[in-house]
Amino acid sequence: MKKIFKSGLLTQNPVLVQLLGLCSVMAISTTLFNGLGMGVSVTVILTCSNIVISLLRKIIPDKIRIACFIVVIAGFVTIVEMLLKAFLPALNDSLGVFIPLIVVNCIILGRAEAFASKNSVLRSAADGAAQGIGYTLVLVTMCVIRELLGSGTFGKGVLGDGIRVIPQQFPAMMIILPFGGFITLGCLIALVQWRTKK
Amino acid sequence: MSFVSVISLALGAILIENFILVKFLGICPFLGVSKSQETAVGMGLAVTFVMGAASLVCWVIEALLLVPLGLEFARTVVYILVISSLVQFIEMFLRKAMPGLYLSLGIYLPLITTNCAVLGVALLNRQNGYNLLESVVYGVTGGLGFFVAIFIFAGVRERLELTADVPKAFEGFPIALVSAGLLSLAFMGFSGLKII
Repeated sequence: MKKIFKSGLLTQNPVLVQLLGLCSVMAISTTLFNGLGMGVSVTVILTCSNIVISLLRKIIPDKIRIACFIVVIAGFVTIVEMLLKAFLPALNDSLGVFIPLIVVNCIILGRAEAFASKNSVLRSAADGAAQGIGYTLVLVTMCVIRELLGSGTFGKGVLGDGIRVIPQQFPAMMIILPFGGFITLGCLIALVQWRTKK
Repeated sequence: MSFVSVISLALGAILIENFILVKFLGICPFLGVSKSQETAVGMGLAVTFVMGAASLVCWVIEALLLVPLGLEFARTVVYILVISSLVQFIEMFLRKAMPGLYLSLGIYLPLITTNCAVLGVALLNRQNGYNLLESVVYGVTGGLGFFVAIFIFAGVRERLELTADVPKAFEGFPIALVSAGLLSLAFMGFSGLKII
């Protein structure tokens, strides 16, 4: 169990090591609010879909397993989407099309194929939670860096208008734009490579 | 719809709102299949084709099935099923009808199902309330935008591999991301472009 969590958070981190699910990481990491919302949604969906797929692993025929996985995942994504629309409309608006796109997030399909379809329910649930938390950690780190450098605040949306760290006229707008997403993630992965290669 | 608005929609999808570099849709194949220009062309063509077809089919299904039956809540499930069966169908059709093209696209076709640009374009069509013609134009030109971006990027990476002196920590993936960032910076120059 401990090993599963260690691999999800560090050694096999879905974003920094496996390089999966990069679209959403770069696209929505502009405020802490977005990052936490997306991270929690993905973790919940990943855990639930891992549990269900692990329960069904002996019933699903091998030939059409990918289609079956996608239907299960899409079902949970729809549930989360409806819950967000009802209870957190602000988050739903700011994440927009990226909520339904969780269906094609490679982390979830990847875990279903590589782990949940081969392991017991409990282990699959733990793996889903661990990978989800690993994803959330990276996402939140990206959000904090980009929000700090790009708009000079911390925690916008979560703590009201956020705490201003850098005076209004200094932040570099570029970091909030797509360019900043690529550069920030590039530097984070470089940091990991530098640590592991040493 | 006038000719000018079609052109403006097309230019917008290819240059100003590029799917990869501005909207961040379809990053996985963009980074995964861009090691050589030849494969990039194959992937780009396949994605363009599927995006156009998916826009068309999803629009029809939305209008004929989901709205009349009040099934809009199941949109995500239906769209992804439509797209995966569409990809399967195209694969079978190409194998029979155009074996040459099928061989050159071969391994990239099944990968397209999980390309978020395809599901993304279907959902965006719906979100922006495009009609049938606009949806198809947006799908095809969005795919062309993907094609342009992945083709340029593959060229950059080929050069990078041969000539660049990259710091050890940045080797491989990080330097690819940084160059994609610079490419996205270049594409931001198009944001001033406007028709009418």
